[in-house]
Parts: sequence; structure tokens; C-alpha cells
Amino acid sequence: MYGWLWRRLPGTPAIRTATCVLLAALTVAGLWFVAFPWLETWIAIDHVTVHG
Amino acid sequence: MRVVLRTIGEVSVTLGAILLLFCVYLLWGTGSYTARQQQVLQRILSEEPPVEVAGKPRAGLGLGNALALLRIPRLGGDYRYALVEGVGFEELRRGPGHYPGTAMPGEIGNFVLSGHRTTYSAPFNRIDELVRGDEIIVETRRRTYTYEVDRVVVVDPADLGVVAPVPGLPGRDPSTAVITLITCHPEYSAAQRLIVFGRLVRGEERQA
Repeated sequence: MYGWLWRRLPGTPAIRTATCVLLAALTVAGLWFVAFPWLETWIAIDHVTVHG
Repeated sequence: MRVVLRTIGEVSVTLGAILLLFCVYLLWGTGSYTARQQQVLQRILSEEPPVEVAGKPRAGLGLGNALALLRIPRLGGDYRYALVEGVGFEELRRGPGHYPGTAMPGEIGNFVLSGHRTTYSAPFNRIDELVRGDEIIVETRRRTYTYEVDRVVVVDPADLGVVAPVPGLPGRDPSTAVITLITCHPEYSAAQRLIVFGRLVRGEERQA
């Protein structure tokens, strides 16, 4: 998977490395700010109210 | 075959890393949101001119608004959280919340609070350490109410009796002012609820 990505990226190894870092950062940001806040509402690890 | 195995390995390692990151988000990332919100709420509580009548916050306080400051000396001298009105998801992200419709601070009846145990700064993480006689201090803008812990119990999440005006006796008319803190139990689980009961021992004007 990562090998395939590496071969598909253009440019010198330095440029490819920079692109990889950028892609990783974007992925983490997407998870942190979009996916995790959504996922969190479905996970019942910290429900603190009582309900009938 | 090798390609397939390698891909499975890479996907597994990636999913593992994402799962770890999610744990970091829950336990630490959510807390930074609460910390920012608390800064704002506590400033509002200290700055805004009193909007109370006869020492009580005005009726119909909007959801998510700052209600009072909570201090529990047993949990550290710097333990202070701005309480917000409401116990919905959005309110509890900002800080411990007051059950709408239950008594206000110092009022006859049951002043009921819920707070997170492990996420969003985990304000109620250590309330299981409270013992009989420990002080729970609620500071509204005008008055300071001191409650003392009576007992700490674990109940079923469906046990609505704990939020009744007289805890455990739904329908009974209250004659004393009590406080109830609710959080989840055990930690990292929603299986049960940890409840701390206390009663009002004094209320006094705040020194300006």
C-alpha cells in the first residue's frame, strides 16, 4: 500500500518525502477534527446522566 | 501472496495507529476544548454583573450558560469548574452541568450535577475519593453555599430516583437542600453511575 503510493508520487525522493508528510498531516487533521468528533458520539465510554 | 500479506500488515498497523490516535483524542484532545471553554465561562462568572434576584440565579437560565463555580477542596486547592446549565452532549463538553428543573444552588430540593469521568477534562474523575464530611462548595455570583458529603454510592443508569427532590424518594416534597453529583462508573465504562450525595450546611454572602 505504502510502496505503491511511493512509486506513484512524482519528483525526487526529497519531494516525495515532503508530499508524504503533507498527506499524513492532512489525514491526521481530517481524523482529529472531523472523524473523531463524529465517532465519539457513538462511543459510550463516558455517559454521565441517568435516564429511565 | 507476499503483496497481499504485506498489504494486510500495512492496513493493520495503520488502523492500530488510528485507534491509538483516537484514544489520545478522547483522553487529551477533548480536554483542551473544555479548558478553553472553562476559561471563558469562569471569566464570565467573575466579571458579569450579578443577574440574580435574592441571591439566586435568574429563572430560565439558558442552556450552556455559566451558572456557578464548583470547588472541592479534597480534590485540590486549585480544583474549580464553572458549572453550566444543562446536561446534554454540548453542555457537558464545556463543564459539569446542572440538571434543568432541579433545585438551584442553596435551594430547598436536590441540586443535581453531572460531569465527565474520563473525557473533556474529566472534572468528576476523582469524586469517588470523596468521603463523608468533605466539602463541596458552590459559589454563585452573590453567595457561597457549602455542602457536605453524606455518602457515595453506585447505581444503575436507569435509577432516576437519584435526581428526585428527595433522593431515593420520588414524589416526596423536599424540606432540606441537598446536592447530587453524577458521573459514570467504572471509569471508561457506561455500565453504572457513581453518585455522591451531600447536604447543605451553610450559605453565606460572598465578600466583594
